[in-house]
Parts: sequence; structure tokens; C-alpha cells
Amino acid sequence: MATDTYLNAGRRAVIEEMQRDRAVWALGEDLGRGGVFGQYRDLQGMFGADRIADTPISEACIMGAAVGAAMTGTRPIVEMRFSDFALCAIDELVNQAAKARFMFGGQMRVPMVVREPIGMWRSSAAQHSQSLESWYTHIPGLVVVAPATPADNLGLLKSAIRNDDPVVYLEHKNLWGLEGELPDGEHLVPLGKADIARHGDAVTIVTWSGMRHACLRAAEALATAGIEAEVIDLRTLWPWDRETVFNSVRRTGRLLVVQEAVSVSGFGAEIAASVAEALHHELKAPIRRLGAPRIPVAYAPALEDRARVGDAAIIDAVRGLVAPCPAN
Amino acid sequence: MDNAHNLDRKRFGAVFALMHRIRAFEEAAIAAQKEGLVLGAIHPSIGQEAVAAGVCCNLQSADLLLSTHRGHGHTLAKGADPLAMMRELFGRAGGTCGGKGGSMHIADFGVGMLGANGVVGANIPIATGAAHGLKLQGSKQIVACIFGDGAINRGPFLEGLNWARVFDLPVLFVCEDNGFSATTRTRDMTAGAGAAARAQSLGIPAVEVDGNDVLAVDAATRTAIDDIRAGKGPVLLHCRTYRITGHTAVDPALYRPADEVEAQRGNCPIARLGAALAMAGMEPDALAATAQQAVEEMTAIAAKARDTDWPDPMAAFSDVQDMGDPRERAF
Repeated sequence: MATDTYLNAGRRAVIEEMQRDRAVWALGEDLGRGGVFGQYRDLQGMFGADRIADTPISEACIMGAAVGAAMTGTRPIVEMRFSDFALCAIDELVNQAAKARFMFGGQMRVPMVVREPIGMWRSSAAQHSQSLESWYTHIPGLVVVAPATPADNLGLLKSAIRNDDPVVYLEHKNLWGLEGELPDGEHLVPLGKADIARHGDAVTIVTWSGMRHACLRAAEALATAGIEAEVIDLRTLWPWDRETVFNSVRRTGRLLVVQEAVSVSGFGAEIAASVAEALHHELKAPIRRLGAPRIPVAYAPALEDRARVGDAAIIDAVRGLVAPCPAN
Repeated sequence: MDNAHNLDRKRFGAVFALMHRIRAFEEAAIAAQKEGLVLGAIHPSIGQEAVAAGVCCNLQSADLLLSTHRGHGHTLAKGADPLAMMRELFGRAGGTCGGKGGSMHIADFGVGMLGANGVVGANIPIATGAAHGLKLQGSKQIVACIFGDGAINRGPFLEGLNWARVFDLPVLFVCEDNGFSATTRTRDMTAGAGAAARAQSLGIPAVEVDGNDVLAVDAATRTAIDDIRAGKGPVLLHCRTYRITGHTAVDPALYRPADEVEAQRGNCPIARLGAALAMAGMEPDALAATAQQAVEEMTAIAAKARDTDWPDPMAAFSDVQDMGDPRERAF
């Protein structure tokens, strides 16, 4: 076991997979200088400019070229810099990458990983802070992954690179410096499997990406008051681990979904609806969702914070869920 | 046509047959649509056969081709099976894509045809990336990317051409210019001197040819492909042609005067090649027989496609992705 950062865990995943498979290569802006956050530091020196390819600021062509390159036998890793910029390449991702296998009758596959750093960082405003994961979970053909820990960033990115379908891989910008233990040797985390980050019987909190850490802090605070919350980090949003979530909710009878994204039409709505449909009679309280209000993320901290789900909101929501129902 | 007597009759006899087959396929598809057999929109390429044939007769079977929503001719010219194509148009089992794509998404990876595309210009970055992938793997294959004149006003045209030059990729860009962006004249919507000038501004050699003269398309393509295979990077070929039908088979195209269309019928690329072959000594009976054979082939194919079963409805759930089986509830 070695301790390293979330950022370096992703870097290690790329190195290991590029060493394992010559078909794997990465393309995006500034990769030769390490990428905008340093995720590709020194990799061009290790693998050469062909396999760590600097590209023009041409998001549509980066994404579209990856589709073509995947069709011709390579396994591209697409770097989009910020998930917000990937919106310049939505046709290439949604109409082309996600559809090709089906539309062409299964003649080929499009094995590519699209790395799109998401989330609020600090004073990055409306075009560098979004969490748009629910857009992608809506698109048949895409796998959607959102790691929250260094070990998961290592193991999930390696699994994503080995997946034969397009994977939208959403790293959280605020986690780059997060340290954690990385297993030695080969570490693969299966796609589609949630992580029970904390066990508890009072309430199930389902979350992913950066909010995992807020939920764990809130759960520790609640524990001091005798409320033991179970925290489930989905890790993969499509396909999401229904079994783990359903088993937990069957036990606790209470569900809180916590997401950084705008709550309206967020992926939390899918989880809430699925649990309501399947487990309605086993619920002891109405399902709660927490997410951002439907406002763009602002620049000034005092404004930016209005879009954040804070620990206090999570604690309040759990307290509300476990409170005895008022007498009729 | 000074060199008509030197025409390679074997080579252009085959091109002539291919052009007739393309036209006969389109005419059979239009007739089938009138009978309700073709279920969705089709975009016929009648009048544009010289581009498909002149470009594709210079491609090797291992080379790759990407096409447009008006792609039947390109697909046939790359060697796809017309029966599978017609079944695809009819939405039947055994279609090129199993009935999942239809006319606008025909692909036949077995013959190097990497797909028509329903989004104008979307094939340009994909073709560029296909060439990038080939180059990374040290392949000798090249990629041809055919798009319409409307596509040059989309951003991916700039992004793809710039990329192909920056990385010196083995790709032939073919602007198949039929003069119309759907139902609007492209020249009214396009600033500057057009596709070739835009390519040249990026350092990409560009050649403009009469796209109804298959001999000219063939010669220009051969020169371009020689350069591409020699490692000189991308070339753009601008072929000016004309779309005899409307945008779709059911578009009456009333936005253009009848005499304009009539004049263009007189500039038929198939008739022009036929005249050249006749001058080179090919018998009129042989020329007429070629046309007749194409009609008979495609008529028989349409009849056979009509007698094919529908796909298994459960096929709607396959080939989506490996994870998250859509047949499971809520998945």
C-alpha cells in the first residue's frame, strides 16, 4: 500500500493500461505539458507524442476523431479538460460514439474513455463547474463513471479503459489533491458496483463523486447523536448498482439521495423513482433528495456557496427522515 | 474528348456498369418507397453517380470510406451487397445493419464502409480519426470521406481539415457539391470561394473537377490518392455535380426552375461516359445491355427484399452496450 493522490491514481491507471496494451493512447489539449491539471505529467516523455497526443482546441474533432480511431482498432482516452467543454462535442459523443454500435447493427464497437473533470472547485463560475452526469445516464450506449477516492480512480479508470463501449469518466476537480491508499499491483474496480462507504441501519444515503466525502462527514456527526447512516457511493452511475441500494433501503426503510448537480432532473431523481417504484411498501419515510438549486454556479464565494450542498443540509435532511412521524 | 480512343474500355466499362447499378438501385428504392416498402426518408443520388464511382474505383478493398445521408451510391461503389442494402431500406432482417439503421446509417465494415451519417459533416472528424488510428498502427490504408457542399459550413469541416493537415493524415476529403444545402442553394449561404479555397487556406492541396465527368473525377482521385499513399497528407477534391431529385425522394424541389433541372438531365454523367465508351469503340448494344442488366438486377433485389422477414423484435435490445442489459426492468 502506498499513499497517493486522486490525480496520481488516475495517472497511474493510464500508465499501467498504456504499458499493458499498445492500442491505448490519449488525445487532448496540452497533454504534452501534463494536461490542464497535471494528470498526464511526464507521460509524453514515457510514451511519445504519438500516444500522448497534443491536439488543437477542437473538441468536436477530438471526440469525433476518437470515434474513428476506435473504429479502426485503437482504444483512445479522450481528455476534455473540463466537462463543460465537452458540450462542444455532444454530437460526436451522443449521436456518434454512443449510437454507432447499435445503429450499424453491432458490426463494431467504440472502445473509448472520455475523461471530463466535473464539479465545483473554487470561483470557477458557470462554465467550469458543472456536474452534468444525468445528461449522459440518459443516453443509451454510454457507461457513466464518477470516482470519489484515489483507489477508485485507479481501479475504475483501468476498468473503463478495458471496456469495449464508450465510457464517460467524470473525475471531480476538487478531489485532485485528495490522498488515500492505493493498493500495490493490479487494482481493478468493476464497473457497475457501488461501494458501501459506511455501514449503518438508520438511513441509507446514496451519493457519488465529491459528495461522498460530505456525506461521510455528515454521517460521523450524526453518529455522535446516535444516528447511524449507511453511505453508498455508487461509483458507476450507468449501470448503477440497484441491488446494493435496494438491499440497504430494505434494511433502513429510509433513503436520502445527495448530489452536487442541480437537483431538477438530476440522476438522484432516477434513484428516488426507482426505489419508490420497487420498495414503496417498505419505506418508513418519504424519499428525500438533496442537490443544487436550479441556478448557474456563480463566481463570488458568497454566491457560489448557494449552489453547494453543505454538510449541515445533509444532517438536517437525515434528522428529518429519522424523526418520528407527527401524530395524526 | 481527345483521349477517348485511348480509354481503358475494361476499366471504364466496369465503372459504367457501376454507375448504372447505382442509378438502378436508387430508382428501385424510389419505386419501393411509393409502394410503402421503404419506411423512412431516402436521399437519392441520381445524377451524382460519377462522384461515387470515380472516387471509389480508386480505393483498394482495405481502404476505408465514410459517407453521408445521401450514401447509397458510395456504399455500392465500395462493394456492399445491394440486397442487404435494400433490406436495410425496407427495415428487414438481413439488412446491412439488421434493420437498425435504415438508409441514413448504412455501414458495411466488411467492405471498409464505415458508415453513412444522418448528421451533416459529422463524418469528417470520424474519418480524420480513422486515418489517425491507421497511421498510429503503421497501416498503409487510406480513408476517403465524402460530404456535401452544405457540410463546409459546419464547424467540424474546419476542425477535421485542420487536424488532418496538422497530423499529415492519409485522408481524401471529397466535397460532393450538388449545389443544395437540403432545399437552399449553398452559394447563397456560403461566404468566400468555397470548399477548395477553404482547404487551401489550411495548406491542404485542393482540386476542383467536373463531378459529372467520371473520367475527370477518376483522374483527379488517382493523382490525389497517389500523393496520399506517398505520405504527403490530406487532399481535398471538390466535385461539382447536380442532384436530379429533390432533397428526399418525396421532395418535389419546386424551389428550382424546371428548365434548370432539364438542362442538368442533359448533362447526365452516365450518358457522358456512355458516349466516351462509344467513341472508344464499345458497341451500342453492349452499352444498352449494361443498363438493362442493372435495372434487372435491382428490380430482382427489390422483389427479394420485399419477401424477407422482419427482424426479431428483441433485436431492438441488442448491440446497445455490454453493461446494463436494457431487457431488465428499468434498464
